[in-house]
Amino acid sequence: MALSGLQIFKLLAKTNCKECGFPTCMAFAMQLAAGKAELDQCPYVTDEAKAALGEASAPPVRKVTVGAGDMAVTVGEETVLYRHEKRFEHMPGLGVLITDEMDDATVDSLLLQLKQTEFNYVGQNLRPRVAAIKAADAGKLAALVAKADEKAGAAIIIMHDDAAALKAAAEPIKDKKPLLYAATEANFDAVAAVAKELDVPFAIKADSLEALAELGQKALDGDFKEVVLDPASSSLGDVLLDQTLIRRAAIKKTFRALGFPTIGFPCNMTDDKMLEAVYASVFVAKYAGFVILSDLDPARVLPLLYLSQNIYTDPQRPMQMDQGVYPINDPGPDSPILVTTNFSLTYFTVSSEVEASKVPAWLCIMDVEGQSVLTAWAAGKFVADAIAPFLKKSGIEEKAPHKKIIIPGYVAQISGELDEELGDGWEVQVGVREAADIPKFLRQWSTN
Amino acid sequence: MSFEPPVETCKGTIREVTLGTDKKVGGETTFPFHLWEGEMPNSPMIAMEVYDEPQPEWPEAVRKVYEDVMSDPVAWAKKCQDELGADAICLQLRSIDPNGSDASPESAAETVKKVAEAINIPLIVYGTGTPDKDAEVLKKVVEAMPDANIPIGPVEESNHRLIGAAAMGYKKPVVGFTSMDVNLAKQLNVLLTQLGVPEDKIIIDPTTGALGYGLEYCYSIMERDRLAALMQNDGKMQMPILSNLAPETWKAKESRVSEEVEPTYGNVETRGILWEAITATTLLLAGTDILVMRHPDAVKLVRAAIEGLQTQSKEKVAS
Ligand code: SF4
Repeated sequence: MALSGLQIFKLLAKTNCKECGFPTCMAFAMQLAAGKAELDQCPYVTDEAKAALGEASAPPVRKVTVGAGDMAVTVGEETVLYRHEKRFEHMPGLGVLITDEMDDATVDSLLLQLKQTEFNYVGQNLRPRVAAIKAADAGKLAALVAKADEKAGAAIIIMHDDAAALKAAAEPIKDKKPLLYAATEANFDAVAAVAKELDVPFAIKADSLEALAELGQKALDGDFKEVVLDPASSSLGDVLLDQTLIRRAAIKKTFRALGFPTIGFPCNMTDDKMLEAVYASVFVAKYAGFVILSDLDPARVLPLLYLSQNIYTDPQRPMQMDQGVYPINDPGPDSPILVTTNFSLTYFTVSSEVEASKVPAWLCIMDVEGQSVLTAWAAGKFVADAIAPFLKKSGIEEKAPHKKIIIPGYVAQISGELDEELGDGWEVQVGVREAADIPKFLRQWSTN
Repeated sequence: MSFEPPVETCKGTIREVTLGTDKKVGGETTFPFHLWEGEMPNSPMIAMEVYDEPQPEWPEAVRKVYEDVMSDPVAWAKKCQDELGADAICLQLRSIDPNGSDASPESAAETVKKVAEAINIPLIVYGTGTPDKDAEVLKKVVEAMPDANIPIGPVEESNHRLIGAAAMGYKKPVVGFTSMDVNLAKQLNVLLTQLGVPEDKIIIDPTTGALGYGLEYCYSIMERDRLAALMQNDGKMQMPILSNLAPETWKAKESRVSEEVEPTYGNVETRGILWEAITATTLLLAGTDILVMRHPDAVKLVRAAIEGLQTQSKEKVAS
């Protein structure tokens, strides 16, 4: 439960020394309560106060990091149920299940895929990062874990019921923070002890939310902070139910025993690979922290990574492209020049249609703070006296000296003015309104 | 502290809209598939697309499915109904596009009539989003089909009077289209009801962005639509939602570009089908009642997802 300003004030030194940058301890306390100041701005906070405040200010869904370096996956720290309220913080860690039932060649190729698969989308690097390793034999488990670490550098989840087997496999890579999976009612104390000793996160698993919450409470009592929940949902409907109730309990009730990120195994829910991907999409949209697949076929991983990015995009900030001239289909000096705004949706739609047209073209993307053509025009940002200087500075003249500029059909009304602003040598042409008509337009343009 | 399932009940209910003779959509008293705390009396409807002219630009994965019926909308609709298990047909009148074939309202109405008479599942008729032409055509469509209960759309603010009046005259449901904005969607519903269109004859099309192409915007718009309808009990937002997703997902580069061109993307057919199925599933989670879909395999996957989502252990929340 968050503390009030007054409750925080009682824990401070009350000397009003101003070193925190605020005039009084009370003022500082109020800002802390509002989340607008950090506790360490005051040098005189006691350990006791720190503990009390730290606990109170912990995020309703705890942060958990598995893995290290580029492949590390951090999840949790979520504060809302709906993404329009505030951005979802951490995309789920996507990964693959590797078991001792697979032959060496399969394991090697999965690890190679895990290491190599990455996609660049809206300037973001998206990739699977997790290897969930399962083997009945403790020796094989440790060997597979070592291999996954060595070959893929993956964030590793070690799956076994026996705490000793988990320990043997985790110990050599404990600095890389593998996730121990999983502590249940039967083995909680033993697994928790290993997690404490190695200082690594662990998962708790139970097939009812009540039982899961009891384990979560035990973890809290043991002062564990990095815990992952597996509600062992048996149907897609239960996935939605469990994930929703866990997130709701954490956010709306500050129910700490379930205030941890979750893990889901669509790989265990169906043998149909296509359906598995669809199931995985429900985990991605509905709050899961880790999503484990049965393999890494890029045609199925790609849509899931895009979905993670989409769902976890900041809803407040319009998605924007960098201002500049984008070459499409390898354009030359005679290729058409299109100009539009840097709203990423506008950019995607236009660039994918230009691409589909197979006509080489230059796409000039102007920074209008991520607004669409009509909105930016209405706001006075995508207008003649702004577009002209942008084009002149863009360097398009050197790339395509014909200087014929195609503007979106929606702003046909600015063509005369833009002609004037650009001056001699430039020519403004009015393009189409709908992106879907671009291919036809460009093909005609090129034959003229 | 012991665990109490944080169950939430809603104040509002989504209206039921009837399509065809007796097929209903909407009626939810809770968030999508929250069956542990409310009702979802009608399963989401999958309307499969039929076009009134051939679509040679389609990617191979979908073109090959419909190659034999591409120039015959009646055969196309029957194929969707009889072989592919469509719940409904969405007839996309692409021929009327003024920048395309620019077919006459009369010829479009004729096609609608033929398709309607050939099938026994509900029909939805969609124009191309060119407000003037759509108004002209949809008016002819309802006149040609005075007795059939066929939703028509997209109805926009600029043509809502013309289409709304025609729809009212013949008791047709309308699909109101707005551009990714909760307030605009509400405003159009207000305008339509002020005109006299009954509230249970309105369906919302809030714009669909495909996966990777704005999906998150319409996801959040729909979630907010449903929050307004269910939590704030806003009567002007309690309409079922339609997502015209197939044209968007199959336009996406990732559904089209071959493995030869993008070697790291994997099989193009798998990708295209999943692009559609995952876009559809994500939209279902946000509140879509009617999915307009194209590839039969994507339809099967989404049907399996719907069944899966409806399978819940309600004892989990029994207290
Ligand atoms: S630095 Fe600490 S003790 Fe000094 S005024 Fe700020 S809160 Fe009070």
